[in-house]
Amino acid sequence: MTTETNNSAVEFTPDRLEKANEIIARYPEGKQKSALLPLLHLLQEQEGWTSPEGMDYVARMLDIQPIEVYEVATFYTMYHINPVGKHVIEYCRTGPCCLMGGEEVYSHLKQRLGIETGQTTVDGQFTLKEVECLAACGMGPVFQVREKYYMHLTNERVDEIIDELSK
Amino acid sequence: MAIKILTEHINVPGIESFDVYRKQGGYTAVEKAIKTMTPDAIVEEVKKAGVRGRGGAGFPMGMKWSFLAKPEGVPRYLVCNADESEPGTFKDHYLMKNIPHLLIEGMIISSFALGANKSFIYVRGELMYVIHILEKAIAEAKAKGFLGKNILGSGYDLELVVQPGGGAYICGEETALLESLEGKRGNPRNKPPFPAVKGLYQSPTVVNNVESIATTAWIVNNGGDAYAAVGIGRSTGTKLISASGHINKPGVYEIELGVPVEDFIYADEWCGGIRTGHKFKALVAGGSSVPILPANLALTLANGEKRLMSYESLSDGGFATGTMLGSGGFIVFDETSCIVRNTWNFSRFYHHESCGQCSPCREGTGWMEKVLHRIEYGHGHQQDIDLLVDVSKKIEGNTICPLGDAAAWPVASAIRHFRDEFQWHIDHPSEATQPGAVYKGEMALV
Amino acid sequence: MEDVKPQLVKVTIDGIEVEVEPGTTILQAARKIGPAVAPPAMCYYQPLKGSGGKCRACLVRVAAGSAKDPRPMPKLVASCLTAVQDGMVVENETNPQVIDARNGIVEFLLLNHPLDCPVCDQAGECDLQNFAFDHGKVTTRYEEDRRTFEKQDIGPYIQLHMTRCILCYRCVFTADQITNKRVHGVLGRGDASEIGTYIEKAIDNDFSGNVIDVCPVGALTDKTYRFKNRVWFTKPVDAHRDCPTCSGKVTLWYRGEDVIRVTARKNEWNEVEEFICNTCRFDKKKTSDWTIEGPTKVSRSSVISANKYRADTIKPSFGQRLAAAEYKPIHDERDTSQLDIQQLPPERFAKVLPSAMEPEP
Repeated sequence: MTTETNNSAVEFTPDRLEKANEIIARYPEGKQKSALLPLLHLLQEQEGWTSPEGMDYVARMLDIQPIEVYEVATFYTMYHINPVGKHVIEYCRTGPCCLMGGEEVYSHLKQRLGIETGQTTVDGQFTLKEVECLAACGMGPVFQVREKYYMHLTNERVDEIIDELSK
Repeated sequence: MAIKILTEHINVPGIESFDVYRKQGGYTAVEKAIKTMTPDAIVEEVKKAGVRGRGGAGFPMGMKWSFLAKPEGVPRYLVCNADESEPGTFKDHYLMKNIPHLLIEGMIISSFALGANKSFIYVRGELMYVIHILEKAIAEAKAKGFLGKNILGSGYDLELVVQPGGGAYICGEETALLESLEGKRGNPRNKPPFPAVKGLYQSPTVVNNVESIATTAWIVNNGGDAYAAVGIGRSTGTKLISASGHINKPGVYEIELGVPVEDFIYADEWCGGIRTGHKFKALVAGGSSVPILPANLALTLANGEKRLMSYESLSDGGFATGTMLGSGGFIVFDETSCIVRNTWNFSRFYHHESCGQCSPCREGTGWMEKVLHRIEYGHGHQQDIDLLVDVSKKIEGNTICPLGDAAAWPVASAIRHFRDEFQWHIDHPSEATQPGAVYKGEMALV
Repeated sequence: MEDVKPQLVKVTIDGIEVEVEPGTTILQAARKIGPAVAPPAMCYYQPLKGSGGKCRACLVRVAAGSAKDPRPMPKLVASCLTAVQDGMVVENETNPQVIDARNGIVEFLLLNHPLDCPVCDQAGECDLQNFAFDHGKVTTRYEEDRRTFEKQDIGPYIQLHMTRCILCYRCVFTADQITNKRVHGVLGRGDASEIGTYIEKAIDNDFSGNVIDVCPVGALTDKTYRFKNRVWFTKPVDAHRDCPTCSGKVTLWYRGEDVIRVTARKNEWNEVEEFICNTCRFDKKKTSDWTIEGPTKVSRSSVISANKYRADTIKPSFGQRLAAAEYKPIHDERDTSQLDIQQLPPERFAKVLPSAMEPEP
């Protein structure tokens, strides 16, 4: 049984390949599977999402079965296994943020973007996702775009951020 | 001035850099440990300090260390649990972001004490920017000879690896964390064997929380006895409390264990009181999984004494009238909060985060969430409250890992202390589902 | 070269003492005593390394940890993974807390499991059906939507009906341990987990058919047998052939003269004794392909034994006698000539009915 997808399509850029090899070398001999989560982050950083072709590429790189990658990528919520917009807004929906008005701000955000949870704006700029606690409860409401945390959100602040990201 | 063991220098400008940290006395504990102490002597000091695991379980750290199996020729690992994901908890985030070298210093000391030559810091993937901060700190420490081969000429080698998670609360459970670190799904392992015998790559492993590891620098510098002199009874030392919710000053505070809950909420030094113009309704003292308490029980014990911020005092009265210190995720609710909605919210969290491996948790968390959702949205039945209690009981204690308990406790405790509020939702659905509607019946507001 | 026999340890389960080798699990010790005290197991599968601990059906209470340390264990433990200690006292069916927990487990497993036993091929040899029969309730307290999935063909021989899956992971362990490349696994998380291949792939391997045998429910079924019959109408016979790939030791399932299904042989705990290859399972369905050894031993409590009792060994219950006394043929005018129904041999009825009418001795 071989992997059907012929995936010369996805490959790490030279600097990411170097990074990937550096990551793989971190673990003891024979334990290279430990590099799976970091490599998937690297893949998603490059491709914008965690594509099947990309997962197969990572599987070959680590010499593991593709299913082992799919199992992992679908378990963890950070990996976007479907294509997403340019900016993925990951909005915290958990209790402490809600106490600080998180639900009202979220309604505003949805209205502002004109989309519901899980959807992408027609211009492909924004994808909206709900996530659980981001460990910033004292600074809620909170959302995250890539690595950046946006905290103490209000309707006005949300508008500013969207304007800024839309530029 | 209250003693600060972890955060004394946290506001020093540039403390995230090696040079500033070093100027504040940083890495002297590494020097002392590696040059003048044996690994066993360090373990002894940590035992004497009586520091209890700061991730939530509160298991004595020194005892955990002494359980580590030491077979010949097998590597041992130290893994730092920085997968902080418990709702209400953001102390490790704060500590790592602001003073990364404190954790690195603790990691070097702890690894040396345990005889580990490769140690991991498993950070939740969402905190990628913190991972970059830690990696920079590690590179600095390595450049100065505090990491890598032959540290400070002692012959001791140590590599530190920062590992990102992928977004899964369950990886805060230590065996799920190890699975994840091995590149697998975060399914907790059945125990025994415990990680101390078979952990990472089937080798003996210690998993400790960020805050726990960070304390070792101070313990080495000042001695275990000095640490144990801080705090109250078996709750030694200080604790980082992440305070959120309806208080005037949310944030992370380092307190000496034993401070009265009342002082912690109302003193300007800490939370600064309940949001101005509002009343105190309920408290989740140690992260979303610990039982919620109504205001009166949060502040006083059943015997009328003041409740203190300590492991023992918070759990006084068992689950009937007490709760737990847990991870120190301190969430305060004022009278505008709907307990039913919040319980549903927490329940949704555990449903979403269940790994799905064992049946009571996989099926039970979803069931509880759906019933709570029904009640919150005005479709509850009379038998639903008893149903929730029964389902929570059938999950509790019957699962592979503590997530089942963590999902059951918030539901059971909310019903225990706020049953009337649930009943009101069922009896008066049209009223209860009005925007902003909150139960106004009899309750102990402070 | 004398074998050094390890000192046996003594464990008491539901008041019955048994001696086993050190390292034996509570569940295996209980099985040694017999089916009456053996805890149910939905995920544990002795031939598969690493299985167990997930379904929690086998929870027991340890009332005394060992002779040395007779304290009880604080929580119920998974008997499939907990090793016995000398002097351990275990409560299984005798402890109400255990029964309550098991009732809970059945309820949890059935929340999302369809009530489609009447059309499910696994009915009659289904672990979950048996478990529900012992510990389930007639009604459900669950009124929310259940998760459902489309049926999926994974290869020409196997159908996956994920709606029925209880996520025991047995098929994943099987693929890991007896095939060289696993292509299916557990995807997703929590109650949204599912068995799948992610990208549509066939499970194509000489031993892939074994996932059907290990499945405790009807989630993985044999497409060459689907809807062909009910297991209690068939007659299992042990047989073997000289197979270049596997041991060739199988059970043939007869309906009349026809072999309608081939499976691996299973022990009394429904566990495969030796895994068989796909050629034996799917391609060799003629009696002439096989050397017949004799009837498969089937537990009398199994429905597979139904209609196969010897009239002189079984005493009909009062209910059966009553039913037989009130038996009336149904007047049915529908035309069944176009349906391909194999008739039951009439002598079966003849054997059962008269004896059922006999007065109790």
